[in-house]
Amino acid sequence: MTFKLIGKDFIPHDVVAKVTGSAKYAEDFRAEGMVFCRLLTSPMPHARVKHIDATEALKMEGVLGMITADDIPAGPPGFAPSLTREPMYVGEPILAVAAISEQAAEDCIEKIKIDYEPLPFTHDPLESLFPGGKDARGDGFNIGTLAGLPPGKIKWTAADFARVKQGEQLPMGKPAEEWAFGDVDAEFKKCKVVYEEPFVTASLAHHSMEPRSAMAYWQNGKCFVHASLQSQAFALPPLAQMLGLKPEEVVLIAEYCGGGFGSKGTAYPCMVIPAYLSKKIGKPVMMRISRAEEFYLGSARNAFQGNIKVGFDAAGKLLAADVYVVQDSGAHVSFWDYRAVGDALALVYQPNAMRWRGLPVFTNAPTRTAQRGPGQNQLACVMEPLVDRAARELKLDRVEIRKRNNPVNGSGGSPGPDGKRTVVPSAYLRDALDKGRAKFNWDERMKRSGRKNGPRVTGIGVGQAFHPSGFAGFDGLLCLKPDGKLHIHTGIGNLGTFSHSGTSRIAAEVLKIDWEDCVIERGDSRRNLPWNIGQFGSNTSYTMTRTNYVAAQDMLAKLREIAAQDLGGKPEDYDVDGKNVFAKSNPSKSLSYGDAAKRAIALGGKFDGHDLPKDINPMTQASATALAGSGLIGVAKDNLPWTGQPSAFAACFIEIELDTETGMHRIVDLVSVADCGTVIHPKGLETQIKGGAVQGIGMASLERLVFDPQNGLPANVGLHQQKPPSYLDLPAEMHTDAVDKPDPSNPVGAKGIGEPLMGASASALLCAISDAMGGHVFNRTPVLPDMIVNQLAGRPQPRKPLSINTQ
Amino acid sequence: MSRDMMPSFELYQPDSLEGALKLSKDVENSWLVAGGQDSYDWFKDRAKRPDALIDLGDIATLKGIRGTDAGVEIGALTTLTEIAGSELLKSNYTVLARAAARVASPQIRNAGTLGGNLCQDARCWYYRSGVDCYRAGGNTCYADTPQGQNREHCLFGAARCIAVSPSDCAPAVVALEASIVISGAGGERVVPAEEFFIGPSVDITRMTVLKPGEIVTAVRLPKKWSKVRFYFEKVTDRATWDFALVNVAAALHVEGDIIKDARIVCGAVECVPRRLKSVEQAVIGQPKNEDTALIAGRIAAQGATPVQYNGYKVPLMENLVRRAIRDS
Repeated sequence: MTFKLIGKDFIPHDVVAKVTGSAKYAEDFRAEGMVFCRLLTSPMPHARVKHIDATEALKMEGVLGMITADDIPAGPPGFAPSLTREPMYVGEPILAVAAISEQAAEDCIEKIKIDYEPLPFTHDPLESLFPGGKDARGDGFNIGTLAGLPPGKIKWTAADFARVKQGEQLPMGKPAEEWAFGDVDAEFKKCKVVYEEPFVTASLAHHSMEPRSAMAYWQNGKCFVHASLQSQAFALPPLAQMLGLKPEEVVLIAEYCGGGFGSKGTAYPCMVIPAYLSKKIGKPVMMRISRAEEFYLGSARNAFQGNIKVGFDAAGKLLAADVYVVQDSGAHVSFWDYRAVGDALALVYQPNAMRWRGLPVFTNAPTRTAQRGPGQNQLACVMEPLVDRAARELKLDRVEIRKRNNPVNGSGGSPGPDGKRTVVPSAYLRDALDKGRAKFNWDERMKRSGRKNGPRVTGIGVGQAFHPSGFAGFDGLLCLKPDGKLHIHTGIGNLGTFSHSGTSRIAAEVLKIDWEDCVIERGDSRRNLPWNIGQFGSNTSYTMTRTNYVAAQDMLAKLREIAAQDLGGKPEDYDVDGKNVFAKSNPSKSLSYGDAAKRAIALGGKFDGHDLPKDINPMTQASATALAGSGLIGVAKDNLPWTGQPSAFAACFIEIELDTETGMHRIVDLVSVADCGTVIHPKGLETQIKGGAVQGIGMASLERLVFDPQNGLPANVGLHQQKPPSYLDLPAEMHTDAVDKPDPSNPVGAKGIGEPLMGASASALLCAISDAMGGHVFNRTPVLPDMIVNQLAGRPQPRKPLSINTQ
Repeated sequence: MSRDMMPSFELYQPDSLEGALKLSKDVENSWLVAGGQDSYDWFKDRAKRPDALIDLGDIATLKGIRGTDAGVEIGALTTLTEIAGSELLKSNYTVLARAAARVASPQIRNAGTLGGNLCQDARCWYYRSGVDCYRAGGNTCYADTPQGQNREHCLFGAARCIAVSPSDCAPAVVALEASIVISGAGGERVVPAEEFFIGPSVDITRMTVLKPGEIVTAVRLPKKWSKVRFYFEKVTDRATWDFALVNVAAALHVEGDIIKDARIVCGAVECVPRRLKSVEQAVIGQPKNEDTALIAGRIAAQGATPVQYNGYKVPLMENLVRRAIRDS
């Protein structure tokens, strides 16, 4: 397919705003009479607030009021509250104080006296699963996740624990969930090599660069919320619910977002604190979240303790896999990373038989959420070094062994509830590996593998990862105005990837209209936005190209209909050229887009939005109704066929130089290739690939959460202690590419991008470190200099194989 | 607990050393700041609560790098960026320029000063999180427990506290046999760098011999160690903006291939920069080669008593010392 706009670079409007500083983030807004609030957060990992004595503190100069958990309705059991009387982690908010300045609010907070009853706490899921072991929560729940597994309780038996060496082998008692396909035992028997390893993948904070500040006020019966969100339309109903309002009673402004990585995918509890405080004191309230508070409230990736058993035949085919994942879920209900481990293993490596078991356990750590490739990227870090181990033992090329196992178009993933395995419309991971192999010059570089240069050793690594990447069933909404401008209404959100614009260009492509004649309406619920999915799960490219495509097709049909009505003939006699709708037989017989819009208004009914399709969401109905009479409306629900789970893949190649005397490494080169379907926006894609690679470097070799098990204190609250990668941790240049083969289930061939890029680089780096160490696999992420130094010096590691949340 | 919100305090900005000394004597509960990079965290977390800050930044006489008859004198308020870029230091005392260049991040080096770097407080994460540990005046050490997360802590000199000297410049100035010039109400005193730093067995609440109200005014580097062989290396998790897991600074007089004199110092292994006298003795008079380096490395961590998570510092220290001899 030849496109006019798709696959071409453009300058998204928010780039200029960001570069010039005119972009307004939540913290930049001001309202008449606005005041500030600060949070009092828990100093204990688990406690009951017995009494709050704020009487004297609230009399301090400049202090305007306080809210506690009593002022905000509680959410569903197990879910994180906005404010709490039973804090379950150090840093959990207990109350908020409003004052004329942040300093006055903090001075007040210092004077508030709280009587805490300390409660038992744990930072180790295995401790909570131990019979009689301590639990993170006081409500009796120790397991549960966001959907499909409500909060409950599981304790393993003493016999489960007695069977294994403590801390070194996973007890593998009763899981909360499991599935299997094929004859696992029989397939293991056929294997040439079988590895069974305990593993740990650490939690790491999202540490979005823009802390989740929020400002709120009430006006004319509506609550206005300025917030930091990845998503727009999708976040509005849950935000309204948390405020006890109907969606139409909330105005949500979230035009810019300084990063979320999954943690701002939808409305989150602390977001409503300023709204409730504002309601109480009758003034607009700004809640600026500090860097430390962003650690506590900004979420982190779920950590794992697990056991993996994999078996390969002599040709390197993965015959069988058996994986058990215990998820450290933090204090409240979190995402189902543990499930994604099984999904990813089944799809990426296509074992003949497989069993997956898992359960998510609460611990007294800050609330967790999905983080870029939740589960899939941890699996990449666990599995890819084991694939290399097999390649080394079986004397196979490491790229070839991966290709031998990779999925192809139509391959199956994990089994659904009906036992049937999901199917992927397209999988070009092999192409990504081939493209990367060539660009990286793999064969030449492999000759350098293990080469010594004084104390420095060269390590070569390849890694791969996957993420499901698309949804269907959401709405598109367009309005062609009498001035000939096409207004593309998008409710997707803006996590910083420019895909709000990239995916809107599909509408312009269908209507052949110049991009300069398009206006994107987004970022504010007053801009009449359609019902769209959130900007998470690498789905925007896929989902939003579909919605904009169907809305544009609706508009195209209406343009032809109007032309036929006015100029004679049938709609199919007409075509468009981006400015006019014209008769194919006689192009001079035409109607300009602007005139067609005027005619639409005159005709009314379905043409100008007075009659709407019955299957669109009420949010889209309301937005289209508000636009009715202002132009030609294109509106439709995405009812395009769904032929399977669209899936994004990535492959990454890394060369490092490992200093065997210091344990430090330097990345010499990095090549990352995305299988993201048709490339929509090359520059945006390049940025995504590089950003994902950088985050993966952090995951593999720098970032992890540490808690003191004795007092529950977090050891790495700030960016300084959390250590996300700096420029100096990256190679001077990173190389990117894309397979650029269309996914057949998307009208323009697009599918997702963002998440597997992180898992691919993380696993490639781990594999490169392993390569430089002669194939040693740590079965732990991240790998840090101290682990390397210990290993090379022949010293025992200070932590047991299943120790979690430790240094 | 982290609060991220500074309280109010008075601010004094004297423009002379005399003014600063008078203020620090007269103003109750005051706190001297140079670059402020070590102090502001304390204030933001409200863990340290001075009523007044005395900002030394306007005192011109405390800034600059000067050649003297005896060597080089560096004003305590000279920024780490200036030290890292100084041609005089790069050609005569490279070890200090390199150490300064590896401190924290460019932004912090632009604000941070040599005096501040040498006087900085312990970076034990427990202590910094504001808990009531021994060093903070309490009655326990959180790091030195069976479950303490003590990967960054000391191998030597534990005495209730197991924090380390976090400075990169400290091992360099000790290796250079520098003197620290201190002014106080009673006048000026000059202390050898090696004696400037103190461990918890001397005073658990302080890292240096500085008494309240005293100000470090300069660091003097002697001619004796000008233009010898130097080595500095800092091992960190991250390539920038990170404290040392272990660092090493070395100065070697080499004639022919024989090591005539040597000073070798490791940081982040003890509460003070650890001068490795036995290594120095072992290498003096020996050829500067791999064999000597190997022996130096093997004895470098003699007497180390690791805690739960910091055992890796033993081979790391051994490797760094070996490199210091081999690669200087």
